[in-house]
Amino acid sequence: MDTILRPDERAGLALRELYHRRGYQPYRMSKFEAYDLYVRNKSFLVSENVITFTDTDGQLMALKPDVTLSIVKNAPPAGGALQKVYYHENVYRTSPAAMGFQEIMQTGLECTGSLDLYAMGEVLALAAESMSLLNRGDYLLDLGHMGFVTGLLEGQEDSVRKELLAEIGRKNAPAIRTACAQAGIGHSLSEALCSLALLYGPPDEALPQLKNLPDRSGVQSSLEELESLCALLKDRGLAENLRLDFSIVNDMSYYNGVIFRGYLPGLPSGVLAGGRYDNLLRRMGKQGGAIGFAVYLDQLERLEKAGELDVDTLLLYRAGDDPAAVARLADSLAEQGKTVRVERNIPQGLRYRETVRFGEGGQG
Amino acid sequence: MEMIHIALPKGRLGEKVYARFKAAGYPCPAIEEENRKLIFENPEAGVCYFWVKPSDVAIYVERGAADVGVAGRDILLEYAPDVYELADLGLGKCRMCVAAKKDFRDNPDRTLRVATKFPHIAARYYSAHSRQIDIIKLNGSIEIAPILGLSDVIVDIVETGKTLLENNLEPRETIVPISARLIANKVGYKFKHDQISQLCQKAAEPLQTKI
Repeated sequence: MDTILRPDERAGLALRELYHRRGYQPYRMSKFEAYDLYVRNKSFLVSENVITFTDTDGQLMALKPDVTLSIVKNAPPAGGALQKVYYHENVYRTSPAAMGFQEIMQTGLECTGSLDLYAMGEVLALAAESMSLLNRGDYLLDLGHMGFVTGLLEGQEDSVRKELLAEIGRKNAPAIRTACAQAGIGHSLSEALCSLALLYGPPDEALPQLKNLPDRSGVQSSLEELESLCALLKDRGLAENLRLDFSIVNDMSYYNGVIFRGYLPGLPSGVLAGGRYDNLLRRMGKQGGAIGFAVYLDQLERLEKAGELDVDTLLLYRAGDDPAAVARLADSLAEQGKTVRVERNIPQGLRYRETVRFGEGGQG
Repeated sequence: MEMIHIALPKGRLGEKVYARFKAAGYPCPAIEEENRKLIFENPEAGVCYFWVKPSDVAIYVERGAADVGVAGRDILLEYAPDVYELADLGLGKCRMCVAAKKDFRDNPDRTLRVATKFPHIAARYYSAHSRQIDIIKLNGSIEIAPILGLSDVIVDIVETGKTLLENNLEPRETIVPISARLIANKVGYKFKHDQISQLCQKAAEPLQTKI
């Protein structure tokens, strides 16, 4: 069974099993949503382009570019009990490299409601376990927190914040300094932003360095939250591949709190992305918090080397051979666990381990 | 120890950058021999260099074929690759300029015709100034465009201004100063963090002591 499944299919099954065992409920959605939902939350989407069409009743519909928006839209309005769901869905997006729309298989989970430390820790642990499962433990999970930049940039103009966020994302210290100088941001704050952007390392090394940040609103509580989450992950034996990185930033109008990305060696971009996005919930008029992540399965094919053989055995017969006897031989080969291709002539380009000629070697 | 793969821009800048890396403790004798090879390894220093077209450096790094590379800020601004910009190496200094014929008078009433190799940089600059423009994308010999009346101005890199002067052109506005940047692939940076941050520190060091 394992041999016919592609790496992304195998991973998709294993991940769903993992989430199911933690009591998350499957979330199924239709391929289409009203276009309106995506227009109102354009900047939450990874790519703003959406495939649209007019439904039979004249309503403008879209092929879903995202699953999270639909889950949040359908989440219970009041906080209180948690909603824990996982999904395995195709989404339709553009990427500059593809020069057009692509269908991407995405697996992920969302936890919404009145979140606490346990719930956040559980989602982070599941993210770490998902990564571990994709590549037999060889991965890195980068963890950041929006609370630091949000706190440090409070009161700045929108355009300044946007520019600084982009430069923090590039770990570009010279550009952060220039932008700060242009915006009239003082030296100590500018240096704090630089050191935050450049900080990278395991929690034990990186956490103490965060204590030097200026004490602004939200910075202290973010640090405490981060420390507790790192301790929770450590307690579960999941801290070894954990790194802190504060250059992971995202749109402040949706994201707050922890934010994380998963990477595999040899794949040039991340395969897992997640974070806390209470602001999206609020924009949709709901109470409570939301945290979740998505795993991009389409990249996994790059991990596996192509198989060298198409089949184990090529069984050749001649015109006039008894078809029933050929079939019996094919069956007996297949029973030995081999894959068998039956042909009269050798197919061009077929890669096989051995050839069996019918009628030679005493059969038939 | 895993090797760091470094993409160098072919040409004068690349040679200066290699000299900087060599002085920083990452020599590769093979690269100094006269030959037509494109990839050079020095396992002892833990580096593997290769020469690529300057405008392609960012692509090799973004896609992870190189862990780090050196690219001009012009290329980074034009293509906006998803990479880390770790250091300003202070090499290859020049500026992105708007230049025009000496006798050119801008008429804000008219759409400005801009010839350039850098359409994104030009578009961003003029859109920030709310100026309507017509972009003419060329691949070389930009200076000839205003002379032949193809464009009103050009947006191009100016180092000494000599080429402009010889063609009866002059720089009018500076858009942004340019220099060579050390860039890194976002995933490679994480998995080879110690080696890359060490390389970055050593390669950028001469600059910091100079200032």
